[in-house]
Amino acid sequence: MSEYVVEINGKGDIAVDDMILVKDVEAKAGSRMLEGFKPLFTAEAVKRLEEKGYVISGKTNVGEFCLDLVGEFSYYSPAEGALKGAAASLVAEKKVKAALGVDMNGTPRRAAALSGVDFLKPTYGTVSRYGIISCAASGEQVGVYAGDVNGIKEVMDIISGHDEKDGTSLKDDTYDYSTDADVKGKKIAIVKELFEIADDETKSKVAAFAEKLKAAGVIVEEISCDFFENANTAWQILMTAETCNNVSRYDGVKYGHRASEYKNIDELYVNSRTEGFNFLTKAVILYGSDMLSKNRYEECYGKALKVRRVISERFEELMKDYDAILTPVCSKSSYEAYDIKEAFEKVFKESIFTATANLIGVPALVSGGVQLMGKAFGESTLLSLAGSTEKEGK
Amino acid sequence: MIMKYEVVIGLETHVELNTKSKIFCSCGGHSAAGDPNTCVCPACSGMPGMLPVTNKKVVELAVMAGLLLNCEISKYTTFDKKNYYYPDLPCAYQITQLNHPICTNGCVPIKTSEGEREIHIKQIHMEEDAGKLVHIGKFTNVDFNRTSVPLIEIVSQPDFRSAEEVLVYLNKLKSMFRASGISECEEGAMRCDVNISVRPEGSEELGVRSEIKNMASFEAIERAIRYEAQRHIDAIEFETEELVQETRRFDDATGKTFAMRDKETEADYRYFPDANLMPIIIDDEWLNEIKANMPKAIDEKEEMYREAGISEKEIEMLISNHNVSVLLDEAVSKGCDAKNTAAWILTDCAGILRKNGKLLSDLEISSDDLVSIIEMVDSGDVNRQSGRKILTAVLEEGVDPVAYCKENGLDSKADESVIEGVIGKVLAENTRALEDFKGGKEKAKQALFGACMRELKGTANTDVIRELLDKKLENL
Repeated sequence: MSEYVVEINGKGDIAVDDMILVKDVEAKAGSRMLEGFKPLFTAEAVKRLEEKGYVISGKTNVGEFCLDLVGEFSYYSPAEGALKGAAASLVAEKKVKAALGVDMNGTPRRAAALSGVDFLKPTYGTVSRYGIISCAASGEQVGVYAGDVNGIKEVMDIISGHDEKDGTSLKDDTYDYSTDADVKGKKIAIVKELFEIADDETKSKVAAFAEKLKAAGVIVEEISCDFFENANTAWQILMTAETCNNVSRYDGVKYGHRASEYKNIDELYVNSRTEGFNFLTKAVILYGSDMLSKNRYEECYGKALKVRRVISERFEELMKDYDAILTPVCSKSSYEAYDIKEAFEKVFKESIFTATANLIGVPALVSGGVQLMGKAFGESTLLSLAGSTEKEGK
Repeated sequence: MIMKYEVVIGLETHVELNTKSKIFCSCGGHSAAGDPNTCVCPACSGMPGMLPVTNKKVVELAVMAGLLLNCEISKYTTFDKKNYYYPDLPCAYQITQLNHPICTNGCVPIKTSEGEREIHIKQIHMEEDAGKLVHIGKFTNVDFNRTSVPLIEIVSQPDFRSAEEVLVYLNKLKSMFRASGISECEEGAMRCDVNISVRPEGSEELGVRSEIKNMASFEAIERAIRYEAQRHIDAIEFETEELVQETRRFDDATGKTFAMRDKETEADYRYFPDANLMPIIIDDEWLNEIKANMPKAIDEKEEMYREAGISEKEIEMLISNHNVSVLLDEAVSKGCDAKNTAAWILTDCAGILRKNGKLLSDLEISSDDLVSIIEMVDSGDVNRQSGRKILTAVLEEGVDPVAYCKENGLDSKADESVIEGVIGKVLAENTRALEDFKGGKEKAKQALFGACMRELKGTANTDVIRELLDKKLENL
């Protein structure tokens, strides 16, 4: 499953998932719809790495528009064997130092957890979104895969910071990521509602991680917190609606796949998109377009925006008492192959662990197969907490 | 009893803003012309990866427009996406403003032959233009040069009661926007959707409404309103058809409106906020800066006219008829006297137009033609009466003034021989008057002069006739 879509330089340092553009290198986002599309420019995050002398080793395969669990539904490589995600696997196999991935619905976080590597989805607005194949603009963010927290810091120090080409990029230019701040006396919470729905192996991973933190002097408490399910529902509404809108530009007129048979413009649209998108993308388009329809907007999209605000406030409240939240990333420690017709429901359900960070823009770090979530700009706390467990492990 | 009807009209006016670059990218903006697809980038051609960044100048020009139309300027304004598929819309959505438009609650005073009225403005919002489809043979090509060119849409309340009011309003917007640099407002850069209904006079209830979409010329707007109002009245009065609320188009060739297909009208645009664009905050500091930078062009223009000795009433007419004030300014820049030219336009041109059932806003004459007529008269080549005759021919038949003057023998100077011939003829035919003159009767000269004038049918310059007549009599 760890195959390249395109190999730019096999000896390079960094892999880039195929949601991120590199000039003149075919960018397909795992979709037939973008077949043959070669971008005219390089994504800002990639450009900043190249300017510092990093060599991009290649583009890694993703599931169509990163809408699936870990990359199993790419047009370019059907699911087979263990499902771990192409970029995460490359990092796990130490073929690259680090990789960039777009976290829009938790896909890279799940892949990192299942591959045993680290992944940071940073605070919304800290890394430029210029040059990523955008689906859910209000919650997607470029993140970093690496073997440990220091690898993540190394890349984040370079790619973060204001970019005037992205209207959502925060003005702040000085992110100073640390991985070895003192964690003694920090307080973290395990969320009961999320812990309980995971399988035993996952539960033991969370427990083991908590033990390591305790050994480093961190206070670990169990709490009950009921908003994760609502956060997930709200994010799936916003995410599908925004994705439906953003992929509507793939219409067969300008670039990418165009059906060979059509009699008029409507048929050109319908046939090209019918052939070009997979079942999961179509489900997302239908669901998202329903969320935005005149009759449903207020009760669905409008309400999801309100829920986002409320949850953001409640999370902030929670972070007054705790430095981080510890949760599983996936309900299982490995996924088996499944049919794409079940994908929409499966991804929806599984995103309960990851959606909150996308919905309200807070950072989430995957390490040791578990997830730490913190308050906005709290990356250093998360990296240091995970860092303490990684030191222990050595 | 004959029922009287009242026409109720609301306007949505799209105005292309005069900026150097497009609304969300750095491609050339206003009149992004040139060969097809030469003024495009990955952003305005809908490629993935590019993000919109708002052009500050667009916000400032929209605020200026709001200030000119006496609007409240929003402190917080946001963009929304409007979804529909069309090949000239590369992202399959248009970025526009639905929930928090930049300006609201304005009003525009207008003066018409019926008196003064106020047109209320519901809102002004910013949005991007779409591209163009070019049909070549059986193929359709897409030109994205115009995509993302900045527009403002000015939405009026249904306050208009006649086509005349609409035209006065549009001309007023046009002259204000041109004078303040907001828009060039040339053909195609100002487009209107007209909402129109008809109700019995005195009724409070609104009638069934038609929306006539996307008209680019004032002439078309006027014709469409007149046609549509009559169609509604006929439907109500004679039950010629059942009126339904619908979107229609105006066909320039037939002068009629026709209903658009349902499919085009009943779309659900699935508006929602654009997450790529952060809300824009217009604080007092920025607002004051924009106010300070607003050109005082209209006031200056008025002052200039006043200094030239043009009357207040004429100034009012000039300012409210953009095409006319432009014509005057051009003529003045070509050496004509402002007051004299204003008289030519507002008295002569207006009179000729009125005779043909037209308005001053319909005036179509190049400044070159007008200048050449004024010069002919001022230099004495043509008398005032002939000048007006030439002007009439130019306005009614579109002739070339110089050629027309020659062909019709109105050019007195060139034809001194003709005048001399006439004088010779008159003297030969009026022997008695001639004898009287020779006998010392000065009055007889006037009689001879009158006879010459009659013979020449008023086409020649009187000074020249008098001069030539004097010469002839002295040399007897």
